[in-house]
Amino acid sequence: MKCDLVVVGAGPAGSMTAKAAAEAGLDVVMLEKRQEIGDPVRCAEGVSKAALKKLVELDPVWISAEVKGARLRAPDGTEMVMSENRAGAEVGYVLERKVFDRALAQDAAEAGAKVMVKTRALGLLWDGGVPSGISAQFVGESLKIEAPLIIGADGVESKVGRWAGLDTALKPKDIEVCAQFLVQDEKIDEEYCEFYLGNEIAPGGYVWSFPKGENLANVGIGILGSKANSGTPIRLLREFMKNNFPEGKVLEMMVGGVPVSGPIETTTADGVILVGDAARQSDPITGGGIINAMKAGVMAGEMAADLVPKGEVDKESLQIYEKMWRETIGKQISRNFAVKEFFVDLTDDDLNRLIHSLDGIDVAELDLRGLLKVLIRQNPKHLLKLRHLIV
Amino acid sequence: MLTVNRYKCGYCGACVGVCPAAALELVETWIEVNDDCTKCGRCTKICPLGALELVKEAQT
Repeated sequence: MKCDLVVVGAGPAGSMTAKAAAEAGLDVVMLEKRQEIGDPVRCAEGVSKAALKKLVELDPVWISAEVKGARLRAPDGTEMVMSENRAGAEVGYVLERKVFDRALAQDAAEAGAKVMVKTRALGLLWDGGVPSGISAQFVGESLKIEAPLIIGADGVESKVGRWAGLDTALKPKDIEVCAQFLVQDEKIDEEYCEFYLGNEIAPGGYVWSFPKGENLANVGIGILGSKANSGTPIRLLREFMKNNFPEGKVLEMMVGGVPVSGPIETTTADGVILVGDAARQSDPITGGGIINAMKAGVMAGEMAADLVPKGEVDKESLQIYEKMWRETIGKQISRNFAVKEFFVDLTDDDLNRLIHSLDGIDVAELDLRGLLKVLIRQNPKHLLKLRHLIV
Repeated sequence: MLTVNRYKCGYCGACVGVCPAAALELVETWIEVNDDCTKCGRCTKICPLGALELVKEAQT
């Protein structure tokens, strides 16, 4: 089989890449190793309304819930509330990823991309020292797909970059390891996304509760890999459930790893581009990855449509992509990485003090960045290290 | 050697992402380990469900 572009992985990054490239006229093949796109889910499913609207036409079938805002809870129980349109990238809609991911793949198919499920990439094909395609397994049968450019949209477990010589391995301090239950409980707040902080609750991470509809929520936990031990996420999540939703019934269980490494050194090689979680483009503070993945996918797909016909797919030509994403989504990823590096080492006393320092301030007027600014203003000594980051 | 308890594994791929030797692979619902595994144990510590374990090999 021959085509202009192979996309490995049919999550939001892959489907947006495939759609953009196919719309611009490329012959695109998108591979998905699972037999069903979008399932099993490995995501808390929260996404910013405004950001999503700019990338795709909204369809109520893949929106589970709409939220008014976010509530942050300090280790000592003190709460602060942020309103919806300012709370940062993770508040707005809670999606149904199983439906959302497949809808995006359908968009790519409608734009002309060929989609192949239960098709797992096994390695790169090489010709004269440069990648010339992908060897794969299609429902157990071997398959070779020749293409001048390969997009690795293969998620946290990405292999495409490694095959091309890029070191994408995550250090334990650069991954949040997560577990999540879909919980049915009358106690669930259907209007707010909730974030629970504390070193006992979630070392180097947080617990979240994102509403999914009436009496339903994704209740999950992320723990920094360097602070975790075998099975810590599921153990602490069960403990949290016992303390907060003792009557809660678990309808689904999910696990996953979220890159929080900040921008990696390089996301391109001769004939290869990485996008989304494969490129470690998820946000190091929130762990949110959908919007960045979709934006990177559009950039990669449009750029591929421009470069492939000209035969310019060497690493040097692909620097356009490298530059484009680093100057856009990369800036916030870098800044939030630095902020995360600082926050993960705070004690519970520090966290309590920070939340208390917001007493009497109209926090509804803040977004995540604004919140950090006020925190720095209220705690100049403690947050001295962050001052240069938030301007 | 590294063992994967596939009855416990939630096939999330976090272990694959941290493996410095690229010795792990997530195939739909199970994890495969190849000979490149250096038994460093990084994956065992980060597994959300505790499905991975380094087991001492019996002397033969």
